[in-house]
Formats: sequence, structure tokens, C-alpha cells
Amino acid sequence: MSATDIHDPNRRDFLYVATGMAAVVGAGAVAWPFIDQMRPDASTLALASVEVDVSSLAPGSSLIVKWRGKPVVVRNRTEKEMKDGEAVNLSDLKDPIARNANLPSDAPATDANRTTPGKEAWMVMVQVCTHLGCIPLGQEGDFGGWFCPCHGSQYDTAGRIRKGPAPENMAIPVFKFVSDTKILIG
Amino acid sequence: MSEGHSTYTPKTGLGRWFDARMPLPRLVYDSFVAYPVPRNLNYAWTFGGILSIMLVAQMVTGIVLAMHYTSDANLAFGSVEKIMRDVNSGWLLRYMHANGASFFFIAVYIHIFRGLYYGSYKAPRELLWILGCIIYLLMMATGFMGYVLPWGQMSFWGATVITGFFTAIPLVGDWIQQLLLGGFAVDNPTLNRFFALHYLLPFMIAGVVVLHIWALHVVGQSNPTGIEVKSKTDTVAFTPYATIKDAFGMIVFLFFFAYFVFYLPNYLGHPDNYTVANPLKTPAHIVPEWYFLPFYAILRAITFNIGPINSKLGGVLCLFGAIIMLFLVPWLDTSKVRSAVYRPWYKLFFWLFVADAVLLGWLGSQPAEGSYVFMAQMATLFYFFFFLVALPVLGLIETPRRLPNSITEAVLEKNKGGSGHPAAAAAAPQTKG
Repeated sequence: MSATDIHDPNRRDFLYVATGMAAVVGAGAVAWPFIDQMRPDASTLALASVEVDVSSLAPGSSLIVKWRGKPVVVRNRTEKEMKDGEAVNLSDLKDPIARNANLPSDAPATDANRTTPGKEAWMVMVQVCTHLGCIPLGQEGDFGGWFCPCHGSQYDTAGRIRKGPAPENMAIPVFKFVSDTKILIG
Repeated sequence: MSEGHSTYTPKTGLGRWFDARMPLPRLVYDSFVAYPVPRNLNYAWTFGGILSIMLVAQMVTGIVLAMHYTSDANLAFGSVEKIMRDVNSGWLLRYMHANGASFFFIAVYIHIFRGLYYGSYKAPRELLWILGCIIYLLMMATGFMGYVLPWGQMSFWGATVITGFFTAIPLVGDWIQQLLLGGFAVDNPTLNRFFALHYLLPFMIAGVVVLHIWALHVVGQSNPTGIEVKSKTDTVAFTPYATIKDAFGMIVFLFFFAYFVFYLPNYLGHPDNYTVANPLKTPAHIVPEWYFLPFYAILRAITFNIGPINSKLGGVLCLFGAIIMLFLVPWLDTSKVRSAVYRPWYKLFFWLFVADAVLLGWLGSQPAEGSYVFMAQMATLFYFFFFLVALPVLGLIETPRRLPNSITEAVLEKNKGGSGHPAAAAAAPQTKG
């Protein structure tokens, strides 16, 4: 292109660019509702928190509640499970982050950080494998924690990934003990 | 091959009237009657036609099944059972549709392996090959979504695992997964959109099939020798030669299909899918439909982190990479010779690759533990070795056999053994024409 081809933008150039931009913005505005409608709808998002009565859980037993369409396990761990969880060296962990929604996002994955202070026996955890979303089976596998039957991921007694394709420890949702026997999840 | 002038001459007044206004009969005549096909096509070339009738069969059975099916998470499972028990001939239509999907994939795998063996993807047929790969991708999406519709345990957990692939994408993965699911887990919104898309995608497949056939008719069919058509003696007319041969292939294929529909209707399915979906309980052993098993084995083989890529993303990348390899084949293969018939080393690696794909399929059906994991890792390694090393390198170092000068010469050479020899006649019945 030679210098003589460059001319000052005139009214027509402005109209071309303005029309083109209007078309692009218009196309985007028309396309967006079609994409937006696929996102979770209001009824799905309107999730009440769940209150769970855990008075019946003796050490070594668990129950599962459904929260946001996903199973959340509440487990009263045995002494041995707690000891096993505490004995783990942080450097042996595949994912060193606690993944606990009640703690800062960089908290290390110690056994204590996977539970709540004063209630270290209790695991409250979204029991969904962080690989591809299957439900792991409790108290199975090499580490005595959870074993995912889909692709062989193994979690320890604190729900931390130890072996297999899953990348992260199982998530701990926002929860608190409202009394000694009641947990509020969400 | 399409350069030749149309030889269609309408015989009736109505035909001439039509031809002057919209020459559709001319298009059909030129494409499916007078169209020249290589005279040496073997039965591996009948699978294009077989795939066409399978697509039509799936659409016809699918449309009537949709008249009885309900895509609501509370009703879907029951509506499928109603089709099986109450709807007149419903059991037959559903078994035809479910087994039809499997046989569609059997045919497409034979079709793809035929392309790989005879080098059908080489210039000038790259676009034809890529359109085929796109059809295959659409088929996979359609098959996957169709399997979710009965809302059994395998439906639900298969959908969970496959949509879980997208959570491996950094930063936006979770957002994309929620966009696909319409929630935080597979649920009613997921089922509804999958039904809508399952109904749509076959029509998109049909559209790409039209492009695939269009591209085919521009460049012409390849053939077992891989030598381009050079003269009129190299070809025969599509009708009756290819038409009859395709029809015979279809009939034999439909025999097998009918055998499964009537005698083994659930052989290719999974018993867990006759249990209604339960979001709180994963079946002890999740397996996808058989036609996804090799890719499933590749996904599960990556149990280790590769640098910054964690095992989950690595597995998903390998799975998609395994499919992308197919798209790249025209450029990965460096050989100037098309057909494996004249490439002794490629022929060996091709059959090793077939064995590897079957092995991966078997491993995909086994639990992900013990020695299966190591075997799957080795088989995955060979899968990528075939595409990324064997295909480019063999083309450079292999000495091909002598190629015949033309298709006609190849056919005559093959017949030299004497027509009285039954083996030769059986091996090349197509040359009789």
C-alpha cells in the first residue's frame, strides 16, 4: 500500500465502521440469551442450607445428606482414623492444600485443617471424587479412607487424595456445628 | 472424475421440463448411476453405503421413539419401560435404536480402519477425511447423549464422568460444566437439553454427510491399489456394479444387526442401566458404551502429573488428543504410496495398531487397578507412537513394493493365476465385471 492510498477517514468510512460495530454488538446481544439460558436456573441456585442431626452417629459411622444435588458425607471418625490422618507427612500429599471452604484458600492440608477446631473427629465433606465426579466408596482402598470405583482414586481418612488420577482433595463445604449434635451445611 | 460431462438425457417430456427447471434427476443420475467407480473396489468399500442406511434407520426409529419418550428426570426411566412393555412394537423399535447405535459404530470403525489401511486420507482427499472425522465426532456426541436418555445408573454416571472432563480446563472449567449441566450436578435440566440435542445432532450429521459425499464425488473414490484412476478401463459405472455390491454388503450387515436385535438385544448394553439413576450411589464399576472404551482406557491411563499438568487434565488432554490424531493423519503420514498393500512395514504397524485399539477397548472395560493400569499406559503409549512416530518415520525409511502402472494392470496381474483357481476367484470376485 502506498502513501497515496491513505486518505482521511470520511463520513462513509465512519458509517461502515459504525454499522459493522452495531452488527457485532447486535449479534452478541442476540446470542447471549441463548447461551445464558443454559446456566443453572433460579430454582437450582436457590439452595437452602441443610441442617443435619448427627446425634445418632457413633464413632466409625457416617451418614450422607444431599446438598446442591451432591452427596455430603458426615463421618464421626474412629481414633485410629484420626491418628492415621495426623500421621501423614504433608510432603507425601499429592494436593497439599486443605480445600476447606471455611479456611483461607492456601491453608495446608493438615488433618486439623480438614476438620473444624474442637471437633477433629468429624469429617464433613462433599463426597464427590475430584477426578470426574463419581461418588467414592467410604472406608475402602489402601489408605482406609475413600476409594473411587470409577478410575481408582484413593483418599485417606481425611479425604485427601493419595493415589490415582484425581488432582485434588475432596472439597469441604461451608459448615458449622450449631450445637453438639447439629451441623449446618451451606 | 466429476469433470466428465453429464450423460443424462431425459427420455420423457416431463423429464425435459423438469431438467430445464431443476436438474435434480440429472444430479442423481450423474452421482449414483453413471458415476464411474474404480473397478477393483472390495467389500471394505461398501461401508459408506451401510453407514448411510444406518443413519436413516437411527433417525426413523429415533423419531418414533421420541413420540413415546418423556424427558423428565422423574418420568424418563418409566417412559422407556413403557415403550418396552406397553407401546405396540415398542420393544422392537427400542432394540433397533439401541443396537443400531452400536452397529453404526461398528460400521464407522471398519470404515475408518479401511481409510487408514488404504491411505484414503492422502491428497487430494484430506478434506474428505476431515469431514469424516467431524461426522465421527458428531456421532460420539449423539451416542453419548442418547445413552443418557433412559436415565439409568450408567446414563447418569456416564454423563457425570463425561461432563466432568470439562472441569479439568483451568479457570473456566467449572463454569463450562455448569453451563452444560444447567446445575451443579447432572439433573433434570441436563436430561432435557440432552434430549433436545440428541434429536438435533443426527440432522447435523446428515448435513455433513452431504458435504462428505460431495467432496468424495469431486476427488473420486480411492481403491485398494491406491493408484488414481487413469483411463476409462479403470472404472465401471456406479449402477449396476457398485449399487449391487453395496446392496449385498448392506444385506449381510443387516443380518448381523438383526441377529443382535432379536437374539442378543442387551449384549452390547449394560445391566446397570436397567436400574433407575441414583445421584447418591455410583455403580461399583462404571463403563461407557463399548464404542468409547479405547478412549476411556486412555483417559484412565494418565494417573501421574506431567509437569504443571495434573493427572486429570493430562487424561482429558490425552483422550481428546487421541481423537485429534485422526484429523492430523493426512499430514502425519509422509509416504508417497497410499495403500498398505505395497507398504510391508506400514502394513505391520497398521495391524499392530488395530490390535492396540482392541486391547485398549478391553482394558477400558476392566477395573482401573493393578496391572491393568500399566497395560493401559503402555497401550496408550503405542497409540500415540503409531500416529506421531510410525506414520511420519515409516514414510521416509520404508521401501515400498513395486506399484502397478494402473488399476487395470493390477486387476489383470491378479487374475493371471488362472480363472480356474478358486482361491483367486474368491479373492477378487469384483474383477469379474
